[in-house]
Amino acid sequence: MRAIDRKMWRDLWHLKGQALAIALVIASGVATFVMFLGTLESLQATREDFYRHYRFAQVFAPLKRAPERLRSRVEAIPGVERVDTRVVAPVTIDIPHFPEPVTGVITSVPDRGEAPLNRLYMKSGRRVEAGRNNEVVVSEAFAAAHRLQPGDHITVIIKGRRKTLDIVGTAVSPEFIHQVRPGGVFPDYQRYGVMWMARTPLGSAYDMDDAFNDVVLTLRRGAHPQDVIDRLDTLLAPYGGIGAYERADQPSNRFLSQELVQLRNSSLIFPFIFLGVAAFLFNVVIARLVSTQREQIASLKAFGYSNLDVGLHYLKLVMVIVLFAAVLGLGVGAWLTGKMAVIYMGFFRLPYFEYRLPPAIVASAVLVSVGAGVLGTFFAVRGAVRLRPAQAMRPEPPALYRETLIERAGLKRMFSGPARMILRHLGHRPVKSALTVIGIGLAAAILMTGRFQEDTIAFMMHVHYGLSQREDLSVTFVEPTSRGVLNELRSLPGVEYGEVFRSVPVRLRHGHRSERTVVLGVEGSGELQRLLNTDLRTVQLPPSGLVMTDYLGKMLHVKVGDSVTMEALEGSRRIRRVPVVGLIKQYLGVRGYMDLGALNRLMGEGAAVSGAYLSIDSRYANEIYRRLKDMPRVAGTTVRAQEIRNFRKTMRETMLFWSSLATTFATVIAFGVVYNSARITLTERSRELASLRVLGFTRGEISYILLGELGLLTLLAIPPGLLLGRALCAYIANMVESDLYRVPLVLEPDTYAFAAAMVLLAAVVSGLIVRRRLDRLDLIGVLKTRE
Amino acid sequence: MTRNEATAGKGEPGTAAVFHAEGLTKTYQMGEVEVLALRGVDFEIYEGEFVVLLGPSGSGKSTLLNILGGLDVPSSGTVRYRDHDLSVDDDSALTRYRREHVGFVFQFYNLIPSLTARENVALVTEIARRPMKPEDALRLVGLGERLDHFPAQLSGGEQQRVAIARAIAKNPQVLLCDEPTGALDVTTGVRVLEAIERVNRELRTTTVIITHNVDIARMADRVIHLMDGRVASVASNATRVAARELKW
Repeated sequence: MRAIDRKMWRDLWHLKGQALAIALVIASGVATFVMFLGTLESLQATREDFYRHYRFAQVFAPLKRAPERLRSRVEAIPGVERVDTRVVAPVTIDIPHFPEPVTGVITSVPDRGEAPLNRLYMKSGRRVEAGRNNEVVVSEAFAAAHRLQPGDHITVIIKGRRKTLDIVGTAVSPEFIHQVRPGGVFPDYQRYGVMWMARTPLGSAYDMDDAFNDVVLTLRRGAHPQDVIDRLDTLLAPYGGIGAYERADQPSNRFLSQELVQLRNSSLIFPFIFLGVAAFLFNVVIARLVSTQREQIASLKAFGYSNLDVGLHYLKLVMVIVLFAAVLGLGVGAWLTGKMAVIYMGFFRLPYFEYRLPPAIVASAVLVSVGAGVLGTFFAVRGAVRLRPAQAMRPEPPALYRETLIERAGLKRMFSGPARMILRHLGHRPVKSALTVIGIGLAAAILMTGRFQEDTIAFMMHVHYGLSQREDLSVTFVEPTSRGVLNELRSLPGVEYGEVFRSVPVRLRHGHRSERTVVLGVEGSGELQRLLNTDLRTVQLPPSGLVMTDYLGKMLHVKVGDSVTMEALEGSRRIRRVPVVGLIKQYLGVRGYMDLGALNRLMGEGAAVSGAYLSIDSRYANEIYRRLKDMPRVAGTTVRAQEIRNFRKTMRETMLFWSSLATTFATVIAFGVVYNSARITLTERSRELASLRVLGFTRGEISYILLGELGLLTLLAIPPGLLLGRALCAYIANMVESDLYRVPLVLEPDTYAFAAAMVLLAAVVSGLIVRRRLDRLDLIGVLKTRE
Repeated sequence: MTRNEATAGKGEPGTAAVFHAEGLTKTYQMGEVEVLALRGVDFEIYEGEFVVLLGPSGSGKSTLLNILGGLDVPSSGTVRYRDHDLSVDDDSALTRYRREHVGFVFQFYNLIPSLTARENVALVTEIARRPMKPEDALRLVGLGERLDHFPAQLSGGEQQRVAIARAIAKNPQVLLCDEPTGALDVTTGVRVLEAIERVNRELRTTTVIITHNVDIARMADRVIHLMDGRVASVASNATRVAARELKW
């Protein structure tokens, strides 16, 4: 090894603490980069692979009922490649020893052979066989939630009729990667089941013999999806088609796509925060190294080393740190990707996980880190390169300090000598001090993002279930029913109060914009469904006109006072102009609201209702559930308490993962910044501090000067850090905003306190580590050396 | 050399010894080599005395000054400041000793660059028991006009005089100066020595200067000559030469 390289390795060893701190920050950046992009790539690859091999459809069209012979006309639409007609039956499921209502959906598969589209990936058992009427394949998630396996039986209530089915297999389908009940957001594998039966037995159980109520199809290469959808809608309208939609709007696929967008966005924020901080740390550490090695640089140049040699010498040192960090980060990132995969596999039921870490990601992670290293050290290394030997042999001229602004403002008397030393030292290098403050502030900001999800979800829960949807149970009927049904429900033991609602799938149009959604007709005097304005105060539903979620208004570019065209997608499919009379706050989903009577009139129907909200005495809950299961017109029941519990459960592990990750990484940043600042301040000022010790200052007193500076920087960093954290959370909230859900910017005081406390703790620990070095100051050496 | 010889000379009989050293040795571990810096040193220094410790580099004079200043402890032997044994003190007792009794002047001044002249002095007076005003201390060394200058705005000689003011401002019993003119030219060096002389004369501060400059020895009451870690000779000057008359 060349002597100059030996020097590099020894310098590195000498800097090991600081080098490690920087390496950890870079490794955090690389790890998050790899984790987000690796998970993204893997999920994308898995999805593509699964969709392709299991022939996920491209256009989906639900309808009321059409004869099977219509199939050929669908196939004849130009651009259509492959078609499958299916029976899709909503069911109530009866699970022994599980009193709570369980609903689900059974989709038909061909009697013989595999489905042409949306094929099943069998996890266990076998497919249904022709001629065996009672066979069913259940989704793997539902089976796992209830410990069902092939050979077990399951009872479903389909069109009011009980039917016991034999489970022959468990499966995963590209159609149900995100498995939620219609209108839901979070999966609940215990209370919502997805199943598949052969077409003939399902058709006869659901009164769809030789008929279908669902079409899926794929398109020929180059076909225009909207043309096909338009033709399909025209064809299916007489059969109760409620509008075909593309794969992009298919609920399961939408959720997954939304998640992929979030991953991509996250991969663009977090890694760059880490690498930015690392670049700053490199800057201060290498600048200090070059300055303490002035005379060595001069000697090297005097011996004939070129400027390039000297520059490369320091760059090499940086690159060793960067490459070590990159390797560490890649390893940790790969490991975290595995952890993310487990979480995603719980949330998205993919049959397998195609683990991908494309060389391009690895290469860009390394390149970006190298870039951060070069960028961070550019000025310091340039300083070393430009240093002229004769000039470098002389010691650096003493630094000229000034009174700080605060002192000149007349507050000087308030500060003791040591306090003035701290202030002036910070004021002497304002840029470095500011960057240190930003670095520490970023740590606080990242810590806040870790807790943000928890805060905002708690708030959304409070608004959605606490203020807005206050029923204990919601019951939906198989089809619109007369409002007299409410009396029947109210007569159940334990039902204390009830309200009815009408739910109509609609298409709303405003100008050239159009959205498919649902309009809910509720009783104006209702207690259980409250509409909230943007201040979360209850607003009264006007007797006529349409009220809609503010986000839906935004999507349609609608203001209060505008009119929209509302096309009902069921019944006689009336099209009416309706004035928008209000916008309301809602965080989950989007929809419209009308007075029940007004909606009934608009639909040209009598007092029809689609379901009811009930408040019940919880002691009678199981009895009520049991009675509801036996009511033929009840299609499904949702229990609010379960919904809340489920929501929390699903989010807990995801949130815990990110919040512990954010906490770890933010601590790395806080520690990296504070520790490096402390070490540099220590080398810059050890002579000063040793002199003070000689003059009779105690260790405590000189620690105050050294650590006081860090303490001050940390305290200065916390308020802007918390603001930065708020801004970062606002950015994240804004990023995930969609018609599926909106995340309000809610940060509890606890979160601010936690971020501030963690940063302080990291600062204290780094301070204590450096404090130990103060005990080893060379008091005698300082008297003999010139700075 | 015997102890009697060492304590003889000018040593004003009847005045108490401020320092009393007996059989001092000091061994350093320099890497793998053992360096014997002091090989058995005995002497006494009296109240108000101006003593120059003279010797070439490596003679042990800095080591001796460090021990007197409470920066280091001897490997064997005892050293007492009045009736206080410095050779057995722990770090915090030595810190207290330095804080309460000793004023230091260093070869390279060791001022705090971020503090003005006045504040550098105040730094010490703020932790002292009976300090003088920083301004008075600076006036004493002839810097009454440059109170609010930062070290970078002062010449080397001025910086060293700030260091002297800082050392004496707490009214120490002893003033220890390590090559105080080592980094200065003759003219500036003389001005610095004048300041030290004045402090010794007017405040009666026991003053010890270490130097390898033989000329400076002429301004002392007594000159202790060190060679190879031992006291080679102790000489008393019949008359002290004023600093302004020195040349080298």
